[in-house]
Parts: sequence; structure tokens; C-alpha cells
Amino acid sequence: MNLSMRLFVVTLIFMFLTVVKPGKAHAQIDVFDFETPEQEQRYRQLSNDFRCPMCQNANLSSSPGGVASDLRREIYRMIMEGQTDAQIEEFMLARYGDFILYRPRLTAKTLLLWFGPLVFLLAGVWVARNIIRNSGVKKSNHNRAEAGAPINQDTYAVADIVISDEERKRLNRLLAEHDDSAHNQDNTGR
Amino acid sequence: MIPELGNFALILAFLLSILLSVIPMAGAERGNLLWINLARPLTAGVFVFLSISLLILGYSFVADDFSVQFVANHSNTMLPIYYKITAVWGGHEGSFLFWTWMLGGWMLAVCIFSKAMPDEFVARVLSVMGMLCVGYILFMLATSNPFDRVLPLSPEDGADLNAALQDFAFIIHPPSLYMGYVGFSVVFAFAIAALISGRLDAAWARWCRPWANAAWAILTLGLSLGSWWAYYELGWGGWWAWDPVENPPMITWLLGAAMIHSLAATEKRGVFKSWTVLLAIMAFASSLLGTFITRSGLLTSVHAFATDPTRGVYILVFLALIIGASLILYAVRAPSLRSEFGFGSLSREVFLLSNNLILVVASAAILLGTLYPIVYQAMTGGELISVGPPYFNAIFFPLMAILAALMAVGPISRWKKTSPEHLRTQLAKVAIAAVVLGVLIPVLLTLELPLGVIATTILAFWIIFSMLKDIRSKIANKPTIVAGLRSLPLSYLGMTLAHFGFVITMAGACLSSIYSIERSVLLQAGESTDLGAYNFRFEGTRPVQGPNFIADEAVVVVSRGGEFYKNLYPQKRLYTASGTPTSHMGIDGRFLRDLFTTLGDQRENGAWSMTVYVKPFVRWVWIGTIFIAFGGILAASDKRYRQFKVKQAQKLARMAGPVADNSKTSPAMTSGMDTGGSGA
Repeated sequence: MNLSMRLFVVTLIFMFLTVVKPGKAHAQIDVFDFETPEQEQRYRQLSNDFRCPMCQNANLSSSPGGVASDLRREIYRMIMEGQTDAQIEEFMLARYGDFILYRPRLTAKTLLLWFGPLVFLLAGVWVARNIIRNSGVKKSNHNRAEAGAPINQDTYAVADIVISDEERKRLNRLLAEHDDSAHNQDNTGR
Repeated sequence: MIPELGNFALILAFLLSILLSVIPMAGAERGNLLWINLARPLTAGVFVFLSISLLILGYSFVADDFSVQFVANHSNTMLPIYYKITAVWGGHEGSFLFWTWMLGGWMLAVCIFSKAMPDEFVARVLSVMGMLCVGYILFMLATSNPFDRVLPLSPEDGADLNAALQDFAFIIHPPSLYMGYVGFSVVFAFAIAALISGRLDAAWARWCRPWANAAWAILTLGLSLGSWWAYYELGWGGWWAWDPVENPPMITWLLGAAMIHSLAATEKRGVFKSWTVLLAIMAFASSLLGTFITRSGLLTSVHAFATDPTRGVYILVFLALIIGASLILYAVRAPSLRSEFGFGSLSREVFLLSNNLILVVASAAILLGTLYPIVYQAMTGGELISVGPPYFNAIFFPLMAILAALMAVGPISRWKKTSPEHLRTQLAKVAIAAVVLGVLIPVLLTLELPLGVIATTILAFWIIFSMLKDIRSKIANKPTIVAGLRSLPLSYLGMTLAHFGFVITMAGACLSSIYSIERSVLLQAGESTDLGAYNFRFEGTRPVQGPNFIADEAVVVVSRGGEFYKNLYPQKRLYTASGTPTSHMGIDGRFLRDLFTTLGDQRENGAWSMTVYVKPFVRWVWIGTIFIAFGGILAASDKRYRQFKVKQAQKLARMAGPVADNSKTSPAMTSGMDTGGSGA
């Protein structure tokens, strides 16, 4: 096992061991005066989207830590100074790195994260398309095998049963084992 | 002495489960009836000894036996009796014993409700579950024994149960979550037994469906309770945080939802067999992954865990063994599980496939987001990254919207082949009505053009109208509506209810996130604040003495349009044994909106900080899940699954294989036989 692999396993184990639920049961309440409801809205949005740098897993608005409280005040100050969301994010990023963003930036290293689901979806659609197509092939093969025999399009059951030669033999054997009455019953309606 | 008896019972359960995992399996393999018939008594034995063990742990709590380490860590003499009992699952060791006991309970249920199944199949199922039992009990005995003692210097009093857990929801949330979670191991055992015996037919799917539905329905309740609990207990105003702890159950739930839909196709049409089995394995794997992340021990005693890496290693090894072995078995056996039936490119099968596609992609995306930070760290040599709610919402909501759009079409389409004309005639009016009402209602009510709300209402009406249309056409020839509804099979009613619940939950989630408002204020006694149509006046605080906490309780007078509406009493509590402060919300829950108040701290000038929320429709999130769960239970209790008599089952067992698939679709079988006959 090489180093990165070992590192991976160790972190994986560590993740299992240290995960905790977010938000201590003690709610965090800051009281700031905003000039407009938009500012207040932005403040809430931003403190929800940044992660507390010192906690296990909590955003700034629900984290009890002193750092989180300082950062909330910082966000408030920057909003009141008229800075944009992008500027505030830049500030946070410069100070704490990518860890603080709950919405990871799109970089070469996060391509897989952001486009992975789309790839899953496309791959899934491709697989499903093949399944559906194969299923159609199965059907048309069978229809060819049945060629010559008149098929009522409404009775799907007739058109769609596919059994191999081996199964057909076995079926015949089973039918032979059954008594006539069962056989007659099977043929009712003909 | 008594805790040692509990330990002894646990060891006996361990030994019996070893026997259970070997003897019936070998018996089924060799056709030894005696060994096969040992499955049920052995299971009963395992359950009995697990029960004794659990009862003794509960007794140790009630008797305040602090010489037991686990009791000392999670209880206190002051703790109310109902929390003493439920503290059994308030920490890692006890919750694991409870979990294993739940597994024993499901095993016993399989024993009792499996009369219709051939004995050798039941033997295999119980054996597989016995193997899981061996793994769980060994884990307890080796790394986290709840009966470990602190002797001779036992503490005078316990450290108390985590304050956040001292709530009514703690009494019901973990049991329902565990029960749902563990239920997936029944379906897993069915899948493995089917792979081993090579028998995977319509009969198998019919036996499997009620278990899958029941487990999934209970998991729905468990998750919903957890979310409700987080909402009113943690006091951050939200109800879902996309936390690494919450994501695995969500993944299990999504995979379980995919599985019950795929099982329907397997039972009715004999298609997607190997896919259904793979889903059963994946759902179980995710439940196992979630188990080890979610169990309360991880939440309450972080340090105890971090210092004992042997547990983590054991867990990973167990996971790898179980999942690895299952996947190898699957790889060997799956090729023989090809579907025998085709279906058109427009058919209910295709819609079920799309359903599965979306649900599986959603769960894969959640898993990706949950694990990405770890992978990222390993790949970049230690750089840290966070993946949180903004990411998950961006991925999850569009997928759910597609799922909702398809939900109206799937049930109305026909098996095998649906003509586009059929769908058009069925859905044209539905679509028009949904769009017209979906736009008009929000616009008229708000006099704005709220796009998110419009999208939500259109989707909701689209599904509900399509459902009503389907029901109407199904009961058209019945004399009265009541007679018509009574004639519908329970499984159909269950599906309809669950889909209806999905609509309610979806509407609740979207509307509450759009319309929720909140305000944080600093109030002196007598001051008030306005939010939405409401006025909240703070009357001051009063001291409150709880059984094991003291609290400041605020009196908040809510009025609307100048008229008194109601008093709310948010508290700030201090749990005396552990010294933990917590907030207790003051909530007024109504069908259309919640008023929600949180009390913060008192400042130097005597004012209290406080957050008030108005959250329209938030209750719908949980109301919807009740419908979903009830629908699942209803579908599981359909008589059709029980009518399958032993005789028929044995006959089918003899015939086995693809021929048996036709038992349900008798016209297909007759014509299939005809074809065979004419070919001879």
C-alpha cells in the first residue's frame, strides 16, 4: 500500500470517528442593525454559506465558537461598508482558504465534484438507453421467430414471450408431466 | 453480578448466531431437512438472549449501577426514569446492542411471517442474517462491550445523558431509524439467498416486496422524526443540513425508494432482476456505512472514539468483507439473472427505469459530495475543502424536479407498451389544468410572479391531477366512489398515498424555503418586534426548575393585527449535571405556518437576544412523510403478498427458473405454453 493510499484509508477511518452533528443545541444569536432587508438577507445567506473554521461541521450562523462570532461581525461590517458578496468571499478565502466555503469553487480539482453528478446522469441515461434498446431487440428477434404466424397486436403476451430452445424442451417435458385437464385448461380460449 | 449475566447472554447469543449462520445454510445446500429446520429455533434463541442482554442493560440504568462504564457515562441519578431507560441507546455501546437486538427482532419476524416461503429459502435468509449478527456481536464483545465495568472505584454518580438528547423525540427517533435501517438487512438477506440458490423469480419478488416496503416506510418515519427533532431542538431554523451524519440515511432512503420501484417491475414483469438485487446490496451497504457514522456514540462521545482506532478498523474490515463477498457473489451469479421479457421504448418499465436512474444518480451525487473532502485531502496532500448545503441543494433539487415530473406519467402508463396517444389523451387536460392553476393561484395570492412557487405548484398539481384521473378511470365502472375506492388493491392505494405524500413534502420544502422569514433582536422586557403579520412582545423572563435542569423562560406575547394571538415560552436551559446550556424553542405549529422563537443570552444592560421566525408550510415537510410512510405500510400489507400458499410455492420451487415467472401473468403463461407446444 503506497503512501497516498494509506493516507486515504487513515482519513476515511478518521472521518468515521470524528463526525459530529452540526449546531450545538445552543442557538447562536447576533443582533445587528441593518439599513435594508436586503442587507439582512445577504448577511444570513453569507453566514450560512461559510463554514466555521474551528468547528467539526457547522456554518457560521449556527456555530457557538468565538471565531465564528468574530467572522459574523466581520461579515456584518463588510456588508455595511458596501462590499459585494464576491469581495467578502475573496476576503474569507484569502484568510482561511477553500475550507471555509460550503460551496466549493470550480477549479481543476473540483471538476469531478461539480460535473460528477452530470456524468453519472449521462452514463445512466446511456445505460438505460441500451437496456431499452436490447429489450426492443429481444422483442423483435422473437417476432422474427414467430414470423408467419399471425400475431394479434393487442395481445402483447403472445408477441413478447421469449424462451430458448432448452427452456422450450423443459417446458414441453413439464407439460407432458401434467395431466390432461391442466393442459386443457391452459388451452382454453383457443 | 447482574451486568455479567447480560454479558453472558450476549456471548450465548453470539454462539447461537454462529450456529445459525452455518447449519441452516449447509442444510439448504445439502438438502438436510433437520439442519434446515434448525433455522427457526436458532433464530428464536438468538433473539431471546439478545433480549435478555438488552433488558439487563436497561435494568442497570434504572438501578443506577454506575459500576457499569456505559451507565456511568450516559446516566445520572437525577435523570428522569424515561430517559434512564432510553439512555440505553444514548451512546455507542448501548445503541449498538439495541441495533443488534433490532436485527434479532427482524429475524424473528422473518421466522413468523414466512410460512408461505419454502423452508430451505427461509433457512438461507436466516443464515445470512445470522452472519450479520455474528459480526455485530463480535464487534461489541471485542471493542465496545456495554457491560464493561469500572471496578473497584466506581463513580458515585453518572456523567448524565447528553443534554441535546433529553427530549421526547429521542425516545422515538432512534428506534424508528434503527428499525428502518436494520430492515434493509432483511431485503439484503433475501437478495443473497436468491443469489446463492440461483432462484430469483416473481415469487421471490413477491416475498421480498412487503419487507422492502416495510423497512423503507419505517426508515422514512425515522428520517422524518430526525429532521423534525433537529428543527425544534437545535434551533437553527432549518430542518435538513446535508451533514455527513444525515447524508448516509438519505442515500439509503433514496436507494430503498429505487429498490421498491424496481422490485415492482421484477414482480409484475420479471424484468430488472439483477438490478433489483444490486440495489438491495447497495442499499444495505449504504445502511451499514450510515450505521457507523450515525449511531449516537459518534455524536455524543467523540473523544472516546477518536482514541480507539481499533473500532474504526473493525468497522472498515467488516464493511469490506460483507460488501466484497456480496459483490463477488453477485458478479458470479448475476449473468444468469437475465430478464426474459422485453418491453417497448415507451412503457411503465421505462418510466420505472427512469425513476431508478434519477434516484441512483441522486444518491451517487450525495455520496460524492460527502466523501469528496476526504478524497480531495488525500489527492492534494492535505488541502482542505468543504462541501455543504449550497452544493447538495444545487444537485438534489433539479433531480427531484425531474422525478416529480415523471411521477405523474409513470403510474398512468401501461406495462410493456404504452402508446403516445394513450398518454396524450390521459394527460393533456391534466397538463393544461396544472399549468393554468399552478400559475394563477400563486399570482392571485401574492400579486407577484414568484417563479419558484409557480414551478412548485405546477409540479404539485401535475402529479395530483394525474393521480385523480388515474383513480377515476380505475373506478369508473363502480356504482359509487366508495365502492370504487374499496375495490382498489392496497398496493395501488399505498403507491398513490406515498406519491401524494411526496407532493406534500416537496411543496413544504420549497414553499417554506422561499417564504420563511426571521429576525434577530435585542429586547428589554416590554419591548416588541414585528415580523410578517405578527408582533412579538417580550414580557420578561422567569426562572423554571426542571427535573435535572434550571432554565430562564421568556414570555413572548404574539399578536396579530393588534389582537392577542398566543403566548410562546422559549427557554434557555442549563443541565446541572453536565453544565451544558441548551435552548428550548417556543413554537406555535399550525397547518399553514409555524411561529418559532429562540431565546439567546442576557446582555449587560439586561436585554435578551432573541430570534423570531415565521415559517410558512414548514409542517408539510413532515406531514408528507407520514403519508409516504403510511403508503409504504399499506402497500406492504396487501393481501396479495400473503395469499401465496405454501403448496403453490413448493410447486413453483420445483418448476423454478423462468417458467415460474409466468405464474402471475397467466395469459402470458398460457400463450407461452402454446408456443412451446406448437414448436414441438
